[in-house]
Amino acid sequence: MDHLDVLESKSIYIIREAFNRIDKLAMLWSIGKDSNVMLWCARKAFFGHIPFPLLNIDTEKKFAEVYEFRDRITKEWNLDVRIGGCPPVEEMDQSLPPAARSAARKTAGLKRLIAEGSYTGLIAGIRRDEEGTRAKERVFSPRSETNTWNFRDQPPEFWDQFNTEFAPGTHVRVHPLLHWTEMDIWLYTRRENIPLVPLYFAKDGKRYRSLGDQDITFPVDSNADTIDAIIEELKYSKVAERAGRAMDHEAEDSFERLRADGYL
Amino acid sequence: MRMGTCKMTKSLDSSTSRISEEQIQTTLPLKIVIVGHVDHGKSTLVGRLFHDTGSIPDGKVESIRAMCDRRGMPFEWAFILDALQAERDQGITIDISQIFFRTQHRHYVLIDAPGHREFVKNMITGAAQADAAVLVVDGRDGMQEQTRRHAYLLHLLGLHQIVVAINKMDLVGWSEARFHEVATEVREYLDDLGLDLQHIMQIPVSARDGDNIVARSTETPWYSGPTLTDALDTLQPPVGSLDLPLRFPVQDVYKFDDRRILAGRIESGHLRKGDTILFSPSNKQARVASIETWPSKDEVLAVRAGQSVGITLDEQLFVERGEFISLPTNPPMLTNVFRGHIFWLGREPLMAGRKYTMKLCTAEYQVEVEKVERVIDVADLGTSVIDRVDRNAVAEVILRSRRQIAVDPFDHNMHTGRFVLVDNYEMVGGGLISMDGYADQRRSQTIRSTNIFRVEHTIPLEARWEANGHKSGILWMTGLSGAGKSTLAFALEHYLFKKGYLVYVLDGDNVRHGLCSDLGFSPEDRVENIRRVGQAAGLFARAGYLVITAFISPYRADRDRVRALAPEMFHEIFVDAELGICETRDPKGLYKKARRGEIEEFTGITAPYEPPALPELRIDTSAQSIEDSVAMLSDYVLSTFSLASNR
Repeated sequence: MDHLDVLESKSIYIIREAFNRIDKLAMLWSIGKDSNVMLWCARKAFFGHIPFPLLNIDTEKKFAEVYEFRDRITKEWNLDVRIGGCPPVEEMDQSLPPAARSAARKTAGLKRLIAEGSYTGLIAGIRRDEEGTRAKERVFSPRSETNTWNFRDQPPEFWDQFNTEFAPGTHVRVHPLLHWTEMDIWLYTRRENIPLVPLYFAKDGKRYRSLGDQDITFPVDSNADTIDAIIEELKYSKVAERAGRAMDHEAEDSFERLRADGYL
Repeated sequence: MRMGTCKMTKSLDSSTSRISEEQIQTTLPLKIVIVGHVDHGKSTLVGRLFHDTGSIPDGKVESIRAMCDRRGMPFEWAFILDALQAERDQGITIDISQIFFRTQHRHYVLIDAPGHREFVKNMITGAAQADAAVLVVDGRDGMQEQTRRHAYLLHLLGLHQIVVAINKMDLVGWSEARFHEVATEVREYLDDLGLDLQHIMQIPVSARDGDNIVARSTETPWYSGPTLTDALDTLQPPVGSLDLPLRFPVQDVYKFDDRRILAGRIESGHLRKGDTILFSPSNKQARVASIETWPSKDEVLAVRAGQSVGITLDEQLFVERGEFISLPTNPPMLTNVFRGHIFWLGREPLMAGRKYTMKLCTAEYQVEVEKVERVIDVADLGTSVIDRVDRNAVAEVILRSRRQIAVDPFDHNMHTGRFVLVDNYEMVGGGLISMDGYADQRRSQTIRSTNIFRVEHTIPLEARWEANGHKSGILWMTGLSGAGKSTLAFALEHYLFKKGYLVYVLDGDNVRHGLCSDLGFSPEDRVENIRRVGQAAGLFARAGYLVITAFISPYRADRDRVRALAPEMFHEIFVDAELGICETRDPKGLYKKARRGEIEEFTGITAPYEPPALPELRIDTSAQSIEDSVAMLSDYVLSTFSLASNR
């Protein structure tokens, strides 16, 4: 087994654990490169089937290419996608900085969709190497009734034994890609030939490394117009992946506040 | 904070032994856990390690310095790790962080585990994922409680590669004597734990100033060993479990289409299409019809340890999640009792009689704590005999389940030899399995001669009883060697014979020389010995005899199995005497031999005795004479086995 096989096998194991242990399960599909890898691993786990719905939170401010990709893949892969809208920005916590306030809409939309489907488990494609608070996550991460994350008192998790029993009212976030890096995602996407939103590839000296809402996501300088070129670029980059995400940088604690409240 | 893909600093680029960028980024990072006592400088060491290996993204250090200025506080390297607001406020690392960094040889995932006592669960969470550990010890304080506890837990988690960073050497004036003092203290403790000291490296460092982290310090001309990063680069990546026997715990069974797929991860060994496989604990067998894959349609002929796979069988077998697939030639052990070397994380103490859910790979069993054997004091590695295990303590306990459990001893197979305990939605402990002194119960429940049919007897049992004037049955005496089983058995036989009973004693002398002459005294042979005695006793009883057996029969499961053969006819007699008294009697001189170490696995000394939970009769031979004991027995027999018409 090479290193991608090891990562993939662990992700499949986690996704299968979630499916076996959680009654009302759904997978978040953001259409980004990570969630496409996650979806691919799920199809491998269940031999081409996806035995739970995919949730897509629509802020209505995504790039046109993202919507086009979502609708095409939904059809081609025969997916059960549930799309949820988001409340207007005026209803968000006004003490948050502007971009974080805008990002908080997504959390609110997510909470609404979870409540509608009364899901007790959500599979999400976050990675430890993306950002500091995500580095502290568990693979099976319990959330309170109000979706909040108590990062100060997380349950133990070892030997691939996950917390799969929960008191009534709590739900769990499952993170099958926690142990992957950005580089791993690209190497695996190349090897498995997984389709991608074209915005990741450079056009006129700019490309997106991370896809958020149009108004709070900015492209980075790059000439990488193929996966090979992106991998080559990443080998020597010292710019953080989420550098183009405005809400991470407004205040030192805004991303942590977003996550404690239920943001991915 | 993503660090996986950073450029090296100039000093590292100039290295001559450079490994290609492609190679580094396409191998798995080595996972390192940083442990040690609170305030000994773990987070500082990590911050410095990142900085000095050039693993921090541009601008990160500057932004933290700016933040410190804004708040009017001095800059600390530890802040690099402390990504959460709460941690800066409290000054301690609350949870594990996993962060990527690299040297010129390979990249690493660094797990920073908290040293604070109440966060042992986080330390376990971190260390259980690691391939190797850095133990940070303050050069001023030497080993402290958490240093010892963490070292002990590393040992319990099976981590044997340890780099010891003796930190804050600047604060002891870079004293060579002090370094050796602390180093000796650490080495002696690790030696007592049983760690192989060849894998242990000890380095004098000052994390705050970066001495001997990446760059060699000018302060330690007396030290010629490796710097921290040099030491890390010599550590070995984990080896796969390909050479061990096949273990494939069933994770789920899928029926999405006309296929019925058994899914799961192969924990050790290989599996081939066409193999005959055995399921444990159900003891069923089938053949592998196919190995399923997606999206490729190419036929897969073999899979191996580490792979998440799916297979179909050649017949419709009802198997569930939790069964262990193995080859029939090398199966896991079956048992309903074992010893666990555990660490306890529960808020409530663990005590005898408490029940927990045990998870072993994908299997789940209900277990009861039969006994707390010993609690280990991590400070001096002494043990105390107390009946409770408190939070964060380590102990050896006996666990028992109603069902048969498929297990491997941890030292045979780590994947199937460790378990976690769950109580009230929470994981409250973890442990390693030991089967020392306990038998593999597989042979005793496997029926090999499946084509033999039982002949129906034309004479009903009741007719035999009528003719004999008494009922028949098994009086099963169990107890320690020297408790008086044989003495009582022969005295009772004599008494009943004179009363006209059809009675016969089975004991070691008439069984071991013939029926069981091929068996020794290993736990497995003892189980088989008792199985045969049970079968023979059953035949005697069905022939109308009252049969008395006199065997130590130390395992409850074995006796229960004999009972299951003929529940109405089985009478368990617990011949009870204190070990000390049996040892003084010592009719065959066996205790003396066992104490001298000349007999292995001697019940009561080096092998366990499990007393009956609910015997039909208990005879206390330490408290009463042989005559009184025989009288109790004969009263019991006359009232239980006499027919109304009899005398």
